[in-house]
Amino acid sequence: MNASLPLAVCLPLLGALATTLAPARARALGLIAALASSGVVLWLVVGVWEQGPLRASLGGWSAPLGIALAADGAVAALLAMTAMVALAISIHAGGYFRDPERLRQFWPLWLLLWAALNALFLAADLFNIYVGLELLGLSGAALAALGGGRAALTASLRYLLVGLLGSMTYLLGVALIYAAHGQLDLALLGTRLGPGLVDATALALLSLGLALKAALFPLHFWLPPTHANAPAPVSAALSALVGKVAAWLLLMLWLGPFAAVTQPAAATLLGLLGACGVIWGSWRALRAERLKLLAAHSTVAQIGYLFLFVPLIQGLDPGPERTALLGALLLMALTHGFAKAAFFLAAGQVQQLAGHDRIDALGGTAQRLPATTFTLGLAGVALIGLPPSGSFIGKWLLLEAAIDQGQWWWILPVLAGTLLAAAYVFRVLARAFNQEPTPLHFVTQVRAELPGLVLALLAVAGLGLAAGGLWGLLEPVEIDR
Amino acid sequence: MSTQLLYGGAGVALCVLGLWAFLVHRPLLRKLIAINIMGSGVFHLLIALAERDGAPPDPVPHALVLTGIVVAVSATALALVFGRRLDEQGGVPEDER
Amino acid sequence: MSSALDTLLPLLIVCSSLVPGAAIFLVREDSHLLRTSLNMAGALTKLALVGVMIWGVYHEHDYESRISLAPGLDLVFAADALSVLFVTLSSVLWLVTTIYAIGYLERTPNRSRFFGFFSLCVSATVGIALAGNLLTFVICYEILTLATYPLVAHRGTPEATRGARIYLYYTVGGGALLLLGAVWLQTLAGPLDFVQGGILGDLPATLHGQFQVIFVLLLAGLGVKAALVPLHGWLPQSMVAPAPVSALLHAVAVVKAGAFGIVRVVYDVYGVGLADALGLLALLGALASVTILYGSLRALVQDGLKSRLAYSTVSQVSYIALGTSIFGPIATVGGLVHLVHQGIMKITLFFCAGNYAETLGIHRVSQMDGVGRRMPWTTLAFSAGALGMIGIPPLAGFVSKWYLGLGAIDGGADWVLAVLAASGLLNAAYFLPILYRAWFRPPPEHWPEERIARRRLETRAALLWPPLITATLCLLAGLFAAAPFSPLEWAELIARREYDR
Repeated sequence: MNASLPLAVCLPLLGALATTLAPARARALGLIAALASSGVVLWLVVGVWEQGPLRASLGGWSAPLGIALAADGAVAALLAMTAMVALAISIHAGGYFRDPERLRQFWPLWLLLWAALNALFLAADLFNIYVGLELLGLSGAALAALGGGRAALTASLRYLLVGLLGSMTYLLGVALIYAAHGQLDLALLGTRLGPGLVDATALALLSLGLALKAALFPLHFWLPPTHANAPAPVSAALSALVGKVAAWLLLMLWLGPFAAVTQPAAATLLGLLGACGVIWGSWRALRAERLKLLAAHSTVAQIGYLFLFVPLIQGLDPGPERTALLGALLLMALTHGFAKAAFFLAAGQVQQLAGHDRIDALGGTAQRLPATTFTLGLAGVALIGLPPSGSFIGKWLLLEAAIDQGQWWWILPVLAGTLLAAAYVFRVLARAFNQEPTPLHFVTQVRAELPGLVLALLAVAGLGLAAGGLWGLLEPVEIDR
Repeated sequence: MSTQLLYGGAGVALCVLGLWAFLVHRPLLRKLIAINIMGSGVFHLLIALAERDGAPPDPVPHALVLTGIVVAVSATALALVFGRRLDEQGGVPEDER
Repeated sequence: MSSALDTLLPLLIVCSSLVPGAAIFLVREDSHLLRTSLNMAGALTKLALVGVMIWGVYHEHDYESRISLAPGLDLVFAADALSVLFVTLSSVLWLVTTIYAIGYLERTPNRSRFFGFFSLCVSATVGIALAGNLLTFVICYEILTLATYPLVAHRGTPEATRGARIYLYYTVGGGALLLLGAVWLQTLAGPLDFVQGGILGDLPATLHGQFQVIFVLLLAGLGVKAALVPLHGWLPQSMVAPAPVSALLHAVAVVKAGAFGIVRVVYDVYGVGLADALGLLALLGALASVTILYGSLRALVQDGLKSRLAYSTVSQVSYIALGTSIFGPIATVGGLVHLVHQGIMKITLFFCAGNYAETLGIHRVSQMDGVGRRMPWTTLAFSAGALGMIGIPPLAGFVSKWYLGLGAIDGGADWVLAVLAASGLLNAAYFLPILYRAWFRPPPEHWPEERIARRRLETRAALLWPPLITATLCLLAGLFAAAPFSPLEWAELIARREYDR
């Protein structure tokens, strides 16, 4: 048993506890917990790199009673992304929250959220996922309300309720599965599930619950107000990580244990929803008047891209083709995680300096913050999917598979989404050029600007040029737990 | 067997009722109550599943229900706190209703 | 030569501007000296590395840097004779333009941002030149779009942001089509490494219909940057950019990237034989001819000096596509050598236009009366560029047109001669009046806005030397066309390797 798996969940949890008990030292304790959690994830990634997929049963209890955790290459990569984004957010938040009271409230909730994220990525049975989802929904809603205004509170309450609805639907699906198979462990279920009404209904319920949390079109309605009204570091976490984990779990269920249940028509439907999300989200982002609202709508679009992969992967037998596409899917998810977090951090910076985030009135502010504007630009490149970002490679492989399998219609949402994204990103960037002089230094506030810049660089240059290593991590096996 | 059917059937009925109420009513407090009803329905269903003819009941669904209840209670508490804060500030903004 | 150098050299050439470029962003706005040193160090290092590469490629040495991005997708930078031609052009002109830009932007704001993107732009161009497969080409081609956008918008005036926005609409739209074409082709033919003679020739004839559609997609993507009619609309709009940017955009980076891409696709992906057999060369030739005549006609009626030059670019760049579209080695030589010759001539003209505007505030042709007496050296350089464009011997432009004409006869495309003759006359009709005004009309009492007083030199040294250097190159490229390592000799080397496989 590899201790890094349980530690990846426990360390942030311990941090949350410590920052609750000693609120006066929340910042120091929180940063220590963040560093320690990142260190453990690094250990875990190295373990997966060297030994292949890892599995751990807590307290010596094996399934069905015990809690099992599992990590394969994809999970390791997602955990690493989460850790890097979370570390950047932790550093940024220290400068963002001016009010020490807010900062004290932020730390425990934030570490709790991180623990939930890690628990969800590592979860190896359906019920653990339920617990993780609830933890995620509670801490996420509380974080989103930190802004304190009426709009933020309303959005958070709505987010919490929608999240609860999603969890209840999901739990209903879990109950059905347990009734039919007496089993909740994902790896064991993989061999038992098959086409049939009960399994299909259960999958539909599970998917509905997760889709609600992932904001898959048309269940995305709650996302834009929540993400746009939350404090910027929280928006970054919600957009980059929280939506991502729900989407990932949904995809993992469809392509992993429930593969035998899914039909091509259902996969096409999921892809179609993704396509609608891409186009609708991009269109709304283009029409948005505020920078953070733009970023929130763009998240709906980016989540949509992930589901375009389902109809293409669903029909493939295990082999290099399938691994390549899974890698591309993973690459898109990782790139979006880095890029959207960077985008929100930068948007928050702009908002703080300007006192608002109305796109049409941003001109001077953008020019006064060269590094932040650069971050917006780099993150924008990754959102559009232009080279050398990781999403460019992801889209290339997606298009290649669509043409290769004769499902050429998936090209349309990809190209339309790309062009719309270019339009909304450059609508913002065009404001950055005017006749005001820039400051002497590229980076004006190191702690506030550097984390976002590093994340954006990772999305564009890091994942774009070093993507080859990702397939090395995936190579031995693909998703099955 | 009939007990199980009764429990399970009631659970499903509660679920549907809660879902319907959640979708139909706009006030957020009503939605919260609806969610709790739906949750009770799911828990009912899980308890019904635990029955094994004659033998002691299956512990796994019980564990699931216990966890679920804890989570549902804390979520309700959080939602109520949000509701109170919102009330102190003058309620849901006009354009959000 | 060690093999480590062979696998690293192309990457080093790309990085020699990328690394200083990234560093320049971080330089304090007022650290003029540090920024200039970084710029010059990058430019000179690149030139030295390119020198090594020229020697190596001439002796049939293989250079290749390969990084795996995903299964089946490799980032490849490699050197063959064609890439060396373009890489040399960009490195030499980058050095000259950097000097010019330092002089031009003296005491203006946001210079760190400008030179940062300027270096990124050149890195992307060099990446395009050295791209060893279509994927790498597309990547660098898109990065070029991204890096030039801030340069076009640099001034921050409403016209500048508008010009930049139009530029972006065209290039991103074209980029999407190019991406689609490239991906589609890759599903049919596997990894698209550039190989002399093409890689599609051996594939079954049932795919030929798809190849034709894909060619149209690729041509639409590349034609935007190469400003083929009707995709040329952005070029006159982006004239709002500062003069060094216009110079680089028109002579080296953007339009050349498009033209170079067309050459690559025809020769090294499709293969000139297959392209001819599928009727694609005829399509290209027709588009290029229309563009040549249309650009010249529009140039004739422009009063703005830079917009006249812009339409002239639309016209002149299509000579490269025209040369490519004629089946036969001699026309190939004409097209390829024009890649270089058009670059050095057009950059000279833009430098001079920038000098007139910066020194005397002259922006229009109608303001140029007698400017030859106030700024004789600049006007001399301008004359060399303009006469070269018309095709007067012994200047560089003559050599290109001569080979294009010979190639047309050799390839049996006699109608091309008519296009060349008409275009030559039109070129004369829009350039000679400028020269007449500049040299023979009396100067006005006041210049529109005299910003740099005449001292020992007619303008700042950093503004004067670059056009003089490139004008000299125009003359030398024509006079010593037959010398070893001249652009013409190198173009013949490429044509020989393409046709005598």
